[in-house]
Amino acid sequence: MTSSEQAELIVFIILAPLAVVTALGMVLTRNAVYSALLLVVNFFCLAGFYVLLEAQFVAAVQVIVYAGAIMVLFLFVLMLLGIGNEVVVKEQMRGQRPAAVLLALGLLVAIVGALAAGVFDAEPASLAAANEGGNVEAIGRILFTRYTFAFETAGILLVVAAVGALVLGKRQP
Amino acid sequence: MHPLAQATTQPLPLPEVDWRAIAPELALAVAGVVLLLVVAFWPRAGRGVLAGLTLAGLAAAAALTVWNWDLERVAFEGAVSLDGITRYARAVLLAVGALATLMVAQGDSREGEPDDSPPEVFPLLLFALLGMVLLAAASDLLVVFIALEILSLSLYVMAGETRRLAAQEAAMKYFLLGAFSSAFLLYGIALCYGATGSTNLLEIADATGDPTADGTLLLAGVGLLAVGFLFKVSAVPFHMWTPDVYQGTPTPVAAFMAAATKVAGFAVFLRVFAGALGGLVVSWRPVIAGAAVLTMLVGAALAVVQTDLKRMLAYSSISHAGYLLVGVAAAATVPAGVSASMFYLLTYAFMVMGAFMVVQYVSRLGPPDDDAIGERSSLEDYRGLARRHPWAAGLLAVFMLALTGIPPLSGFWAKYYVFLAGIEAGLTWLVVVAVISSVISAFFYLRVLVVAYLQEPVGDPGAETAPGRTPALGVALGLAGLLTVAIGLAPEALIAAARSAERILG
Amino acid sequence: MPLMYPLVFAAFLFSAGVYGVLARRNAVMVLMSIELMLNAVNVNLVAFNAYLRDELVSGQVFALFVIAVAAAEVGIGLAIVLLIFRNRETVNIDEVDLLRW
Repeated sequence: MTSSEQAELIVFIILAPLAVVTALGMVLTRNAVYSALLLVVNFFCLAGFYVLLEAQFVAAVQVIVYAGAIMVLFLFVLMLLGIGNEVVVKEQMRGQRPAAVLLALGLLVAIVGALAAGVFDAEPASLAAANEGGNVEAIGRILFTRYTFAFETAGILLVVAAVGALVLGKRQP
Repeated sequence: MHPLAQATTQPLPLPEVDWRAIAPELALAVAGVVLLLVVAFWPRAGRGVLAGLTLAGLAAAAALTVWNWDLERVAFEGAVSLDGITRYARAVLLAVGALATLMVAQGDSREGEPDDSPPEVFPLLLFALLGMVLLAAASDLLVVFIALEILSLSLYVMAGETRRLAAQEAAMKYFLLGAFSSAFLLYGIALCYGATGSTNLLEIADATGDPTADGTLLLAGVGLLAVGFLFKVSAVPFHMWTPDVYQGTPTPVAAFMAAATKVAGFAVFLRVFAGALGGLVVSWRPVIAGAAVLTMLVGAALAVVQTDLKRMLAYSSISHAGYLLVGVAAAATVPAGVSASMFYLLTYAFMVMGAFMVVQYVSRLGPPDDDAIGERSSLEDYRGLARRHPWAAGLLAVFMLALTGIPPLSGFWAKYYVFLAGIEAGLTWLVVVAVISSVISAFFYLRVLVVAYLQEPVGDPGAETAPGRTPALGVALGLAGLLTVAIGLAPEALIAAARSAERILG
Repeated sequence: MPLMYPLVFAAFLFSAGVYGVLARRNAVMVLMSIELMLNAVNVNLVAFNAYLRDELVSGQVFALFVIAVAAAEVGIGLAIVLLIFRNRETVNIDEVDLLRW
């Protein structure tokens, strides 16, 4: 094991448990505001992961768009609902809980089982060739050539989202 | 090394833009944007004007679809493929869109009342249709995902944008479960990408044909993809959202959802499973067949106990999804399965739209319901309909009999061809279950007719309000009824057109 | 770092998200759990991209699209939640029960 691989492994060993704990905390904690903050930490961990996996641009977007914009939107809505509001702070879960645990665990076992049986013995990552001119350049080249069509359709999606949020928001009851 | 991945010193090989291949989609997008601008800068524009513009956009898209009819190619680096499924789905979806436009134009409000849905519903309808048409044409899982989200987001908004609490609730349920299922679909896509190294359906088809390819990862991906798609087409056991959503949303939107999302959903289901993953048919067929059995039986059995017509239609749409799954299960090995499913979608779309149109008409008859739950669609409201409104009752009879699958009507031929394809594929047991389910479903379709024709109206007939003038709805009802009868009398031409849809371009 | 690590990790995040969707009552929390699921998928995509040595970086591009779509979805979702809250003073999905759930 080379030293860079060792370093990678160490970063993974630090980030992965943190991400797991924040994810669990996010779904288990009763206060929705804490949940949102834990989710932000989780997203930062994932951004670190993406750097490990040589996806620097995705890591940046993860921090800027996900942890930045999307989670702030969530927090904003939670504030709008009112932090003292019972809805936000106190949330009793009812009979669904055991079923949810069972389903989630079943899914986990099934997916991990399939992975254990099916994952190829890949060598550690190296996107050196693709990232030769820089990761952002590589993504840019692909985005505007092979994925032009998807890029344009994503534009329509965003128009729909903007118009939709406006329509839902403007009507007073 | 792939030419696109070469170092940045090379000039960017700009992609070839195949305008003609996506001309109908472009027309829909332009029409949608134009309508948005009209709504924004001419707030007083009447619903008639907006509906007219929408229909004009649909007509342009239809004309371009006809112009492109013989085109068979893959465009945009494999992002979209033009083949039989694409063109057939385009035609059906545009027709469904026109009927839905008429229903929306009619609205729920009576004369003198403010319109219930805001004018933005027209551009959103066009965008939803655009998403559906793209979904049917998509040949890359990335485009599949984006198209699915375009249509889903538009439908969430269309469902929720009324003052009715029930509709808002329906929108929330639809949204939460839709987003949940999208996550499963995405996970499936990710695993398929990991197993095959591509998200392009043609490349996935190549990879799955290779026996040395790694199986387990791919199978896990296919399983999650199936979960995602089964959610979207509301198959049992992922159907829970359907009745609530159909009952709560405004009737025109519910009709559009029931008809158009099924068409687009099954088109992509066929393309992905029967096309790209056809090499794995032995692995996925038992799953799809099992889902088909559950969907047909549970849908039919639960429809029997419903007392609300919209809810009953939701369960009926679930059981119809089951028959369509028989077609999908057959399609991988028997090309007739593809054409039978596409033909089924065509007939089903018009039958179910028609049934919802009658619901929309009848909901205008009684006094306005209390605001909470929404429209009047309880079976009680249909008592003695034949005596009061013989035309509406007659059309209701046509649609119910067609949904049952009574011979001269279109529904019979749809089932006939799907069952034939099932038997040809060696799925006779599945067809037997489908026939049993059809018999069960006859009970509740015919019960509606018994209520409408044989029972006395309740209450004071004088209390009934006039439905008001319903020109748009009348035209739509007439067209849907005409199509249901005409397809039933002469199915040959359309099944022949569907046959040309058999070859899937990945 | 073997490919197994990030994949199992992603599977765990996804299952946690599934649990959150099924067990939480608050619609905002359900939406956040869905975001967790989408992020788990992104980890998968980026990891596969690295291990497949995909020169086209399609996995990373796909992850970017997922983020864009998630942003759009959250926009609509929170608008619906606020709409319900304005009318009903609750965002608990089991109290929103005009229709049988």
